[in-house]
Amino acid sequence: MARAITTQRKVIITAAAWAVGLLIFFPIYWTILTSFKTEAQAINDPPLFFNFDWTLENYAIVQERSNYMRYLWNSVIIAGGSTLLGILVAVPAAWSMAFVPSKRTKDILLWMLSTKMLPAVGVLYPISLIFVEFNLLDTRIGLVVVLMLINLPIIVWMLYTYFREIPVDILEAARMDGASLREEILYVLTPMAIPGIASTILLNFILAWNEAFWTLNLTAAQAAPLTAFIASYSSPEGLFFAKLSAASTMAIAPILILGWFSQKQLVRGLTFGAVK
Amino acid sequence: MYLKNALRAATAFSLIATGTAYAETITIATVNNGDMIRMQGYTDDFTAKTGHEVEWVTLEENVLRQRVTTDITTKGGQFDIMTIGMYETPIWGANGWLVALDDLSAEYDVDDILPAMRGGLSHDGTLYAAPFYGESSMVMYRTDLMEKAGLDMPDAPTWEFIREAAAAMDDPANDINGVCLRGKAGWGEGGAFITVTANSFGARWFDENWNAQFDQPEWKEALEFYVSLMNDYGPEGYATNGFNENLSLFQQGKCGMWIDATVAASFVTNPKDSTVADSVGFALAPNHEGVEKRSNWLWAWALAIPAGTQKADAAKQFIEWATSKDYIELVAANEGWANVPPGARTSLYETPEYQDVPFAKMTLDSINAADPTDPTVKPVPYVGIQFVAIPEFAGIATEVSQEFSAVYAGQQSIDEALEKAQALTNDAMEAAGYR
Repeated sequence: MARAITTQRKVIITAAAWAVGLLIFFPIYWTILTSFKTEAQAINDPPLFFNFDWTLENYAIVQERSNYMRYLWNSVIIAGGSTLLGILVAVPAAWSMAFVPSKRTKDILLWMLSTKMLPAVGVLYPISLIFVEFNLLDTRIGLVVVLMLINLPIIVWMLYTYFREIPVDILEAARMDGASLREEILYVLTPMAIPGIASTILLNFILAWNEAFWTLNLTAAQAAPLTAFIASYSSPEGLFFAKLSAASTMAIAPILILGWFSQKQLVRGLTFGAVK
Repeated sequence: MYLKNALRAATAFSLIATGTAYAETITIATVNNGDMIRMQGYTDDFTAKTGHEVEWVTLEENVLRQRVTTDITTKGGQFDIMTIGMYETPIWGANGWLVALDDLSAEYDVDDILPAMRGGLSHDGTLYAAPFYGESSMVMYRTDLMEKAGLDMPDAPTWEFIREAAAAMDDPANDINGVCLRGKAGWGEGGAFITVTANSFGARWFDENWNAQFDQPEWKEALEFYVSLMNDYGPEGYATNGFNENLSLFQQGKCGMWIDATVAASFVTNPKDSTVADSVGFALAPNHEGVEKRSNWLWAWALAIPAGTQKADAAKQFIEWATSKDYIELVAANEGWANVPPGARTSLYETPEYQDVPFAKMTLDSINAADPTDPTVKPVPYVGIQFVAIPEFAGIATEVSQEFSAVYAGQQSIDEALEKAQALTNDAMEAAGYR
């Protein structure tokens, strides 16, 4: 029986949700607001909320100085490519771990996750040397592979969790009907796990989009994505906060819009199997 | 007729072939600051003169340092020109990582480079990077507040006078701090500032045998003076203030004085960004009474060619263009003399138009007063004023400055910080084989 929720309780929960939402959104809001100020207004104390002359000057300067479309295209390719490649590798891996586990499956899963505890800078030199050896420096394909490998443990873990919620009997029934392994994964498992796969794709796309260590260290002029675009406006000697904010707004806008339109799938996927 | 056409075609073909043989695309890694961004805007002038195209990779200073260090040590060959500072140049030059700039053209006039800059960017007398702009540090102060306080800023003040002036200008009721100084952890931020302050109190990082000197009374005296000055007349939370934070405070009229990089002069006197643009005066960085060394540093952002590049000739042409007298004149003609890259060439300071720029003389005097080969009162085994030009310094100084920032934040005593700094520096130097 569903519990009755009083109006007062509803109001409190709603207010709390809004408060948390606003708190999380505030830095993004402030960045967007600052991008419409002059450099002098950007550092004004007390901070200016609405009472300033809005200007598009920063966007014009950023647009003139940088080839935004090239950075954007590189981000799309790198984030999209690494996510799709990751899914291709992770779906069979998660299938085997979820449906034909061995004695060591749990240990392997934990070991995979433990690689995320290694600070990235610890493997900067080995990876750089590999990139030099294989001529992968400043190439999109190099970054696609590196970001795929970095996010793979998370992709496998997420898919494993979703696959575990799917009754193994359905897969067995498909096998009884003569489905091959490929057909079982493609036509039975995948359609049932679509919400989970979609949210995994979205989350990893966002992670790859925001990745700012390897994308800065392994690129120069050709393959640099939006993280390098933002970094080019940061300076410890000179106040360029308004221009930096304009660059940041331009960099986060695509992912913000994508997240906005796909929030239903994201929430559904992330809470998949959480309530039984 | 046929012969004529054939000759024409052959000439056109050879012209195209010659053009493509010499035209290259060079990749330049640089920092995001006003002068460098301005230079990017004039790239077309370089391309028109030489035919070479330029790809820019602009990065934040610390990211750039990590990026170019990785590239140069792994022989990545991503960059044909790197923007590096006075700290890296002699070390990398000694390692053979940079192409020597010993065959620059006669028109370039290498002897016109300010001696202090040339010395700091050379190793064993060979120039490894050409200065694009140079800076020292100096006192920037509010002339209106000084007048109100009934004081006159001398051209070469002492720390004792700075304290007296800070006390007179400090006005918490009107949100004005007597003095704003760096306190932020980091070897290039608060670490640089406290090092030059200590120099002006007679302190040094190492003795002749590479023993740390934080247990000596000069360091304690310098830190006690700085902490007391800032606690009494500095802004709240100064332990986390670096160049940008102080620039912001000064531009909003919240500092009576600010002692920092000479390059800041063009920011604080720019009416577009600064509310106090027309009331800023300049003086040499101070010294402790009776100590001959002043607290001004020396720095240059310079252009260097990594040894692994395949396009050294085109890179050299770019360096000659960007650091030439012609480039300075190009910027002056388009944007005025106040916006030319300062601190690199002697001839700039002999130009009558430039002498009218309010901060020009003090910038030159400050640069000339800095000697990286003789930075301290007592002898030292190293080169560098606000840094020690050894590879281990960045790591050690970052840790030491973190200990000092903890003092500024009231988290530990001066004695505790000095004791830790002494131990960690000696440990690191021992591990690196200096002791």
